Amino acid sequence: MNRNTNLINILRFVLLAMAQIFVFNNFNFFGFINPMIYVLFLYWYPIKENKAIFILLSFLLGLTIDIFSDTLAIHTTATVSIAYFRPTIMRFCFGVNYEFQSFKLSNTTRAQQITFLALLIIVHHLIFFMLEIFSFANFLLILKKVFAVGSISFVLCLLFSSLFSVRRP
Amino acid sequence: MQQIVNFIIRYKNALLYVGLLAIALGFTIQSHSYHHSKFFNSSSWISGSLYQISTDISSYFTLRTENKILLDENKRLRYILFNTNRSDSTAIDTAQVNYAIISGSVIKNNFNSPRNYITINKGAKHGIRQDMGVITSQGILGIVEDTSSKFAMVQSILNTKSNINAKIQNTNFFGSLIWDGKSYTTVQLIDIPRLVPLKVGDTIVTGAMSSIFPENIPIGTIKAFDLNTSQSFYQIDVTLFNNMADIKSIYVISNKDKAEILELQSRITDE
Repeated sequence: MNRNTNLINILRFVLLAMAQIFVFNNFNFFGFINPMIYVLFLYWYPIKENKAIFILLSFLLGLTIDIFSDTLAIHTTATVSIAYFRPTIMRFCFGVNYEFQSFKLSNTTRAQQITFLALLIIVHHLIFFMLEIFSFANFLLILKKVFAVGSISFVLCLLFSSLFSVRRP
Repeated sequence: MQQIVNFIIRYKNALLYVGLLAIALGFTIQSHSYHHSKFFNSSSWISGSLYQISTDISSYFTLRTENKILLDENKRLRYILFNTNRSDSTAIDTAQVNYAIISGSVIKNNFNSPRNYITINKGAKHGIRQDMGVITSQGILGIVEDTSSKFAMVQSILNTKSNINAKIQNTNFFGSLIWDGKSYTTVQLIDIPRLVPLKVGDTIVTGAMSSIFPENIPIGTIKAFDLNTSQSFYQIDVTLFNNMADIKSIYVISNKDKAEILELQSRITDE
């Protein structure tokens, strides 16, 4: 069971990174929208696993994507931050009961899952574009990019998560 | 001591996060102010090779248009050749050649972040060095920023750090070509004095001030112009000839006199 989970996580890591680098970084919808679907890794990652390993894995995922897309370490910063704040976001979305042993992402309501995913994407994109543009003089540009890219990322992540959904009992 | 250990154990995730965040922010901010980081670039061996494979596959789909672009360029060059009065049989003396040209192709292109970089499939092994100019058949593309043995990373003109000497064609009024990060079809030319007569549609070419590009390489046409806040210089929007979203074949220009020019310049500033 445990080995199985590890294998699935490694597969997800590699496939999401490759999809991001070779497909979604060349998306260029309207000339500037490149959705970031690798946030799904953090959405799917099991809750019960060791948190330190989770943060390290997110760091590596961000670094991989940074190296391939020449973006300094911006993806890394954004990904590590949401990895650290994920428990807080989960407590906000699912209430205290997400800490119970029997809690599973597939048992929660659709609305809760959507809020969780949307919050992850918004926080991630906000950090990413603030660092990318790196000036508060262009705050409107940051907001425009967060909104435009974020909504496309959200729709695509939603599609992916229902396509490869965890088996419902 | 016990308390310190307890503290570290209790907050190990937070400490790990702060450590990793510091590393990431360090790399980001250092590269903002200084040179592009040596570690985070796609000209390294592994990422370059992967991009090469991906380009090898996808380039088949654009072979026909690529062919047409090359034919058009050949046609233009033949036209110039047939209409100059030099006989074709004159041997070109390599000792008198100022510029060497290396051809290559783009394996990774970016144009929607404020700092865009392009990766090409030629590197130090093929004679490419830092600060060489890169052009396409239509116009300029950027300047080589870093090389590995088989790949090189080019700082695109669509980069807020880019600053290239440019002038209005057939005049000697020159200014700096910069990018404001907004649209990938438009760059800005600044520092052209107010007395220069301008018209929308005028051609902008590279100036003679730089040792990177030869003079008179096309850049784009004037889209709109306006005086800047001090009312003494123009701020000109330039529409690029290149479609920056669709670039395949490129030429890297190396200036044989560059070392001499730079040496001369450094000697003057030293004194």
